[in-house]
Amino acid sequence: MKRSSDRILVGTRKGTFAIDRGAEHEWRPSLLGHAGVGVSFVARDPHTGTLWAALGHGHWGAKLSWSRDAGKTWQDAAQIAYPEGARYLDVPPGADPSKTKPTFKAARLQKLWSIAFGPPGRILVGTIPGGLFVSDDGGASFALNLPLWNHESRGGDLFQGDGSGITHWFGTPASESGEFAPGIHSIAVDPRSPERVLVAISTAGVLETTDGGKSWRSRNQGLVMDYLPNPNAEWGHDPHYLELCSGEPDHVWQQNHCGVFYSSDGAATWRKVSQPASGVHFGFPVAVDSEHGRTAWVVPGKSDAERTTVDGGLFVARTDDGGESWRALRKGLPQQDAYDVVYRHALDNSGDALAFGSTTGNLYVSEDRGESWHAVGHNLPPIYSVRFA
Amino acid sequence: MVKVELTPHLFTFFPDLKGRQLVVEAATVAQVVRGLDQLAPGIGFYICDERGSLRTHVNIFVGEDRVNDRQRLTDPVPAGSRVYIMQALSGG
Repeated sequence: MKRSSDRILVGTRKGTFAIDRGAEHEWRPSLLGHAGVGVSFVARDPHTGTLWAALGHGHWGAKLSWSRDAGKTWQDAAQIAYPEGARYLDVPPGADPSKTKPTFKAARLQKLWSIAFGPPGRILVGTIPGGLFVSDDGGASFALNLPLWNHESRGGDLFQGDGSGITHWFGTPASESGEFAPGIHSIAVDPRSPERVLVAISTAGVLETTDGGKSWRSRNQGLVMDYLPNPNAEWGHDPHYLELCSGEPDHVWQQNHCGVFYSSDGAATWRKVSQPASGVHFGFPVAVDSEHGRTAWVVPGKSDAERTTVDGGLFVARTDDGGESWRALRKGLPQQDAYDVVYRHALDNSGDALAFGSTTGNLYVSEDRGESWHAVGHNLPPIYSVRFA
Repeated sequence: MVKVELTPHLFTFFPDLKGRQLVVEAATVAQVVRGLDQLAPGIGFYICDERGSLRTHVNIFVGEDRVNDRQRLTDPVPAGSRVYIMQALSGG
């Protein structure tokens, strides 16, 4: 049995919670901070132990918060703001960018969506409207990664001029205001070489840097879309979440709007490994085993049209063979009248343990790789993120 | 001299301001926000976004008059005014 971390950090619509391991199979939730505030993501920097929370204040905007005493006290961290002159091409939902006169929008931070940790001192934050912010001084300051912001797929450098006038980055309504703009929700740092980073964007696809963010290229070969005439187009994909295997970083997974995709060559090519007959197709999160790149877990939902459990039964599916076969893991999870939705950051694993939380405020933990589950809480606020500390 | 009244919600994040009389030197609403940010670094980014525009669900009143220019906060603030920074009632 591989021991897991003893603490789970949970970001919810109404604050940050800690779930601490007690006696056997007993995990105790407690409110850790940010009471009443939306917390889209909370995670622990493995190098320093600092906790980082991405807040979405209803009135006061998105703010980064940190705690250097394991959550006893929290302070505003250095804040993330788009630099003067940062603009992006605004594409209304459904518009064809090649036929629509471009309109430019001044960039304003709408949401802090994901946080990742690189080598000691490096912290990466994904935001809406599509900026990746990086700190190389332990979070004392953050700067917008310009090569990604100015990427040709997005119309080029709009600081210097009007670029190509065409963007292939569409939007997501996931910010609090619901404004339609691109969002970076996944940041996967290669532990072998932290200069290699994959990011996934709703809605554009996957991009990779191998030089620490100086240049980026698309990593969407093999992805297929159900909603464009050319399902194999380079851009326009909607990855919901991407994660790589830390022990075998060439094994990369994504739960996409259009199915589950797996790559065993570092995201150079993707293969669709959905199994709709088993319910494995639509969903938001994916978790990858830290040692075995062919092992992953998803929490399937029923189609993009419904986005709830499959037929009222909540289950997790695991593959141990790179998606060739999937097994539904239902023991301990409700199998009737359950309509939970599990968001993209709300499933995580550590050792042999897994945890996930739903927008219905249910939180479940497994200590046997998903074979069985027990409920930690049923009345938490809507859950946005679940991360082992 | 302009006196500033804040919604109590902001004291949650800036507890040192609670109970203090907040006075700034300002001739425009933008200068009021800048003056406040000097008293409590960071509060300006709670009230305005990084382009200097008033956040959607925040209101500022000069006396009883709601601010007109939410983008650049150029509304004049006569000496001796009282400025109120409130949460907008946005539904509920």
